Amino acid sequence: MTTALTVDLTVFVLAVLVGFEVISKVPATLHTPLMSGANSIHGVVLIGAMAITAAVSAPYGYVLAAVAMAFAAMNVVGGYLVTDRMLGMFRRRPGPPLAGRADSTEGVRR
Amino acid sequence: MSGMSFTIALVYVLAAACFVVGLHLMNSPATARRGNQVSAGGMAIAVAATVVLLAQHHVGAVNWIVMAAAGLAGAVAGAAEARAVKMTAMPQLVSLFNAAGGGAAALLAVTDILASRPGRLPNLALITGVLDIAIGLVTFTGSLVAAGKLQGWIPGQPVAVRATRRLNGPLAAAFLAGGGWLVVNPGSTVALVLLLAAAAAFGVSMVLPIGGADMPVVISLLNAFTGTAVAMAGFVIGNTTLIIAGALVGAAGSILTKLMADAMNRSLTSIIMGGFGTGDNQVARPGTAGTAAVRQVTADDAAIQLGYASKIIIVPGYGLAAAQAQHELATLASYLESRGAEVSYAIHPVAGRMPGHMNVLLAEANVPYPQLTEMDEINPQFSQADVALVVGANDVTNPAARRPGNPLSGMPILDVDHARSIIVIKRSLGHGYAGVDNELYTNPKTAMFFSDAKKGLADLLAAVKTLVA
Repeated sequence: MTTALTVDLTVFVLAVLVGFEVISKVPATLHTPLMSGANSIHGVVLIGAMAITAAVSAPYGYVLAAVAMAFAAMNVVGGYLVTDRMLGMFRRRPGPPLAGRADSTEGVRR
Repeated sequence: MSGMSFTIALVYVLAAACFVVGLHLMNSPATARRGNQVSAGGMAIAVAATVVLLAQHHVGAVNWIVMAAAGLAGAVAGAAEARAVKMTAMPQLVSLFNAAGGGAAALLAVTDILASRPGRLPNLALITGVLDIAIGLVTFTGSLVAAGKLQGWIPGQPVAVRATRRLNGPLAAAFLAGGGWLVVNPGSTVALVLLLAAAAAFGVSMVLPIGGADMPVVISLLNAFTGTAVAMAGFVIGNTTLIIAGALVGAAGSILTKLMADAMNRSLTSIIMGGFGTGDNQVARPGTAGTAAVRQVTADDAAIQLGYASKIIIVPGYGLAAAQAQHELATLASYLESRGAEVSYAIHPVAGRMPGHMNVLLAEANVPYPQLTEMDEINPQFSQADVALVVGANDVTNPAARRPGNPLSGMPILDVDHARSIIVIKRSLGHGYAGVDNELYTNPKTAMFFSDAKKGLADLLAAVKTLVA
């Protein structure tokens, strides 16, 4: 077993434990934004996709890498934006009508 | 290690720390938005560091162009969807982004294996690569099926349970064979294709038989899968940030999955086996034997009860979201509050279509989050409530769950029957997902107001305004 792999495995196991510890405290109120936020974090596969895209040379390689890049970028950008949009709606006191609420209400009312 | 690559390594560590701190800040509604921003900041610096890292190597112009163009296209598509999505459609969107992440992770390993043929990859990297492809692709097709079900493109009912269950065995075998073969002989195209086909088909046959009621758990489980696939991708390309972030999400998804399954009193095995939950298109059955026993009221009766109550607890359920009546509910509640009543919302952990979905829907309707009370906190308060107003919630209010010997036994419920009086807005006496009669409806304290949630709440508000103003 190589040292690099041992280190990677150690990091993996510790990160899993940190994940359990950090998540188990989140109140049920925030489970949807949390899931969406966690969803954006696994979009970090984007940097893997970048590394792969930099290394490909065959034509099919470009195609596969391009699709991976597009998927990962969608995951990251869309995930963070939608989580932010959701969390922006959580307020302590009833505030003025939210910006953009008019359209969303419109959509909801059909 | 040169100075530059050391700096880049440090930036990756910082990014990983941002993910952990960001998740930690999501512990409370007051700091959650900042948490998400910290996590996004971590992502931004990780991407920037990767650009610097790649610029040090001789990367071709075509590679840069492909990278930038495809990345930009994906980013624009993601941003457009994130801005346009309705809050009721959030589970579909999360599923869709999840599919994208799983697909990207699988493609990464496929490209890596194809590029390093024949047999230049060490075996250990191959094992993680095969795991990455398998998990990533199962997530990809599984999440797409889940999103299709939630969107109503694929029937919400458990589809062809028996046929797909019979498929699972051979598919799992093909899966293992393809994966094993690929580890032994990474040059084999047949092995790669077998693995890809089996994993893709397995994702479909895994999610297709799962009923609509279990979808929240499935989304959560698939989220955990993607996290794991991304961690495996990290092993493949030797990037610690991917391993850490993937492991974090894998752990987070697993915990949420367990919490959800517990809240529904269902084991993960029985969810995967499928067949539970009749989907979203509940047939509105007219009350049969039970009709005689329930007390039916009109909007006016219910309005008078609400108008003179000083403590009101609202219990919103999936029916509210299905009727998209959260804005009507919030308007009624804030009107009652302005008349001096104390109003709070009792939120069951599985209310809505994904964990915590009801909170988002009510937040969108401008309900302040301190009014959204979790089950354990609100249950002792029901006995002091003058009126409990149940809107579109069913199984989570059924006192039968406290007794053994029925499908609901042991499921944590809201103690609605402890309130002094109860008003239920519901279209019919139809059953919930569990398919049992709700004993709350036949309770002498309960008044049934048969109506669609949206229309019923609007009628109630109008009646309160005219009768008790």
